Amino acid sequence: MQHLAILPIILPLLTGALLLLPPFSTTLARQRAIGVASFALQIVVAAILLMQTHNEGTTQYILGNWQAPFGIVLVADSMSTLLVLLCVFLAFCAHLYGCAGDDKEGAYFHPLFMFQVMGINGAFLTGDIFNLFVFFEILLIASYALLIHGGGKQKTQATVHYVILNLVGSSIFLFGLGILYGTLGTLNMADMAAKVGSLEGSNAILAKIGASMLLVVFGLKAALLPLHFWLPRTYASASAPVAAIFAIMTKVGIYSIFRVHIMIFGDDAGELANIAQTWLWPLSLLTICIGTVGIFAAPTLKLLVANMVVLSAGSLLVCAALQSEVATGAALYYLLHSTVVTAGLFLLADIIAKQRGKAEDRFVRSKALKQPIFLGIGFAVGAVAIIGMPPLSGFVGKILILQAAQSTAEMIWVWPIMLISSLAALITLSRAGTTLFWRHSGGVQDDAPEASYVQLLAVFLLMAASPLLALFGGSVVEIAQTAAHTLHDPNLSVLPLLPSIQSGGVQ
Amino acid sequence: MEGLYAFCVGILTACGIFLTMRGRSFSVVVGLTLLSYAVNLFLFASGRLKLDAAAVLGQSENYSDPLPQALVLTAIVIGFAMTAFAVILAMRARADLGNDHVDGRLPSSIETRKSGKQGGQR
Repeated sequence: MQHLAILPIILPLLTGALLLLPPFSTTLARQRAIGVASFALQIVVAAILLMQTHNEGTTQYILGNWQAPFGIVLVADSMSTLLVLLCVFLAFCAHLYGCAGDDKEGAYFHPLFMFQVMGINGAFLTGDIFNLFVFFEILLIASYALLIHGGGKQKTQATVHYVILNLVGSSIFLFGLGILYGTLGTLNMADMAAKVGSLEGSNAILAKIGASMLLVVFGLKAALLPLHFWLPRTYASASAPVAAIFAIMTKVGIYSIFRVHIMIFGDDAGELANIAQTWLWPLSLLTICIGTVGIFAAPTLKLLVANMVVLSAGSLLVCAALQSEVATGAALYYLLHSTVVTAGLFLLADIIAKQRGKAEDRFVRSKALKQPIFLGIGFAVGAVAIIGMPPLSGFVGKILILQAAQSTAEMIWVWPIMLISSLAALITLSRAGTTLFWRHSGGVQDDAPEASYVQLLAVFLLMAASPLLALFGGSVVEIAQTAAHTLHDPNLSVLPLLPSIQSGGVQ
Repeated sequence: MEGLYAFCVGILTACGIFLTMRGRSFSVVVGLTLLSYAVNLFLFASGRLKLDAAAVLGQSENYSDPLPQALVLTAIVIGFAMTAFAVILAMRARADLGNDHVDGRLPSSIETRKSGKQGGQR
């Protein structure tokens, strides 16, 4: 299908707009039905798109039929379509969970959720760096409203920090874009990659400043060390379905680092080759360390999972710092795994918090849980996966990352830090699980709400993804490696997108 | 002209950054506004400054790059919406938290709380 590439953006946009109109805006039941149906459709579309790009290679969707370096394009390659599929699957589960009652707490939950997904999908698919900024703003403004959804002091406070930080981030993004446009004269990412090698002298220094500013912005989104302080409290205070969909927001920052600092400012960038690596190396390793400290210090399950997000962001950024095809493939696999598992744990933490009465999800003795068996199994699966123990997907992901560190110098830094952080996760999660499930005062809290089947289904879907990722690990890794190969090879990721350079390009 | 323009953008950015680092939400919002003005002017200049040059081909000998102008338009719209949101959020925070400090509590009350009781708050 010719128009398949734009559907992941158009579908949530239209659904979101539809949900604001009278027949649907009045009743929650209709909004829920339309929302679930729309996400199911989006999963189908994303799956077809992934298969199509896998079979036919990178495709380019040219909006308005303006020739590539001048017009706006969407690029569907293996990496972006894989992430789009991940995003809509995650959104489906989180939305399903929200349908069980969290959507009643404030207005416009469903339309905002749609716009959020539209922004994330757009950021993955766009091939134009200014449009990356526009989609960032779309996903951000939806996330601002979703974060404060439900109200309360904690959420307001967390939202103030989040909004101010991200507004400053947007300004820096625009400064960086302005500098890059001023020096390169183009905003098409493939065209930038083709032109950046020919920069020299003062222009190269200016472009370096621009690229570093972009690294700051993406680092802010991805929770790179000095810029991650907003994350734990923001994620811990968000309502459960929102925290689950936020699990992919840090990954948007990481994806942008891969796109911009590996594809554009990668090995072939002449004077500007690999400028991000000098910064990413120490900072990503320190991010893992600070995430490890964070999981030890976390007093609640939600904060623990939020710090796990920081930890996994650090592991992914290490792969970006390794700057090799194998590392990028490993990062993609680990990204899929860590996103679904952390999202599942956020949902689980919410159910647990609701059933423990006043103790919520704090690690203190309290009344017993109402559904200990299902929640216990879910927690155990999530914990085993996120720690990285066999036989689940976390083990495969961590092995792939460890294998990607090839030279001795890389191994000396990556292996101990990754392995010690896994040990720390093992200790803290066992402690958390023991306290939450076993250290109780006997009686069950009678008025505690029992999780509905819809909520349990959402958690089950997310948790089941981890064993499936391990079971079908071979084919998933193969797709991830293809995506990494496409990203690193300019003959596949840059030249086919620029028909003016090489005639007979893909359309 | 370039020097004066760069000077203005620099002053706006400096004021914006200074005000964003203040503790009260009002000055932070004003700082964000100044910062977005600086960004808009900066983006406009990324297509180089030219006098007597319309962004239309064939009307005059000189022509300027139309793309930064389009980018500035987008940036203005987005910046305006975000500022409006930040203002509403600041008012909401003032109502919910009882003060207009960005941390939700005044620095003096943090100190008294620290000496009063340790930990226990999320």
